[in-house]
Amino acid sequence: MPSNEERWLDAEAGPVVRPYALTRGRTRHSGESFDLVATVISTDARLSDPSALGPEHLNVLQLARAPTTVADIASDVDLPLGVVRILLADLRELGLVAIRMPVTMAERVDKQTLREVLNGLRGL
Amino acid sequence: MDYGGFDSSGASVRQHRAIKILLAGGFGVGKTTLVGAVSEIKPLRTEEPLTEGSLRSDSTTGVERKTTTTVAMDFGRISLRSDLVLYLFGTPGQQRFWFMWDELAIGALGAVVLADTRRLADSFPAIDYFERRDIPFIVALNCFDGARRYGIEDVRVALDLDPDLPIVQCDARSRESAKQVLITLVEHVLMTAPEEPVRHSVR
Repeated sequence: MPSNEERWLDAEAGPVVRPYALTRGRTRHSGESFDLVATVISTDARLSDPSALGPEHLNVLQLARAPTTVADIASDVDLPLGVVRILLADLRELGLVAIRMPVTMAERVDKQTLREVLNGLRGL
Repeated sequence: MDYGGFDSSGASVRQHRAIKILLAGGFGVGKTTLVGAVSEIKPLRTEEPLTEGSLRSDSTTGVERKTTTTVAMDFGRISLRSDLVLYLFGTPGQQRFWFMWDELAIGALGAVVLADTRRLADSFPAIDYFERRDIPFIVALNCFDGARRYGIEDVRVALDLDPDLPIVQCDARSRESAKQVLITLVEHVLMTAPEEPVRHSVR
């Protein structure tokens, strides 16, 4: 039986879930931080308890089946970056995704890569 | 590199290189237009928690406090090759958005400061920011219809820029022109990059 609170909720009422409610109010994620363009890829690990994850987690996990980036995922699921970071950190904690820093993260972009970027741009 | 035989924990992920280029400039200078002209533009927003310092001390009574603020970014991606993707990030140039630049700037290839000659002062904060952090950048003058064209050297003087810093004119609506802006930036970075890059350990 639907409760009284559910009855007035519809699309016109606007978003009823504040973005950070999806993260149960957490605004900081656990573990090592990762860049906007860090590569995300799902692992082969099996989820032992699917109820531990919300639909947003599963959505993110689905997108990470091919290598992608944190920014791409945030854009594709249409959630704020901060929220997506927390969801990704949860998935990482469960061993379901691997997040790798971009190779150029700790340094300036090396000359070889710069030349490749230049050639790529010229060829567009 | 293709991902046909992709192994989820394998080397291909490491080969997937994502390069960041920043796009800065005042409000309405054409950042979104430029990103859209040269890349596949995607929506991206961030909902940042406000820090204690930015919350008004008198807002605690009665009404619920707004504790996050939404910032929309210009975000575009250009696949140069399957293993090499260029990401463009444009965020508002005002100083209150610097917290975002601080993150975007880490490991970035460099930056483009997009300027409108009618409102050159709007680009001062961005130029200041990149100079202070030693992030390589160029200045691109978006030539709006009807805007009086200033000489590049006049702009250099007005913005107090080094003689070897590239300043280019562009039409942010044109793909070719936007592409040329990015090429100029990469050439500039390549020219000023040290011969032997200092390698720190990459985690």
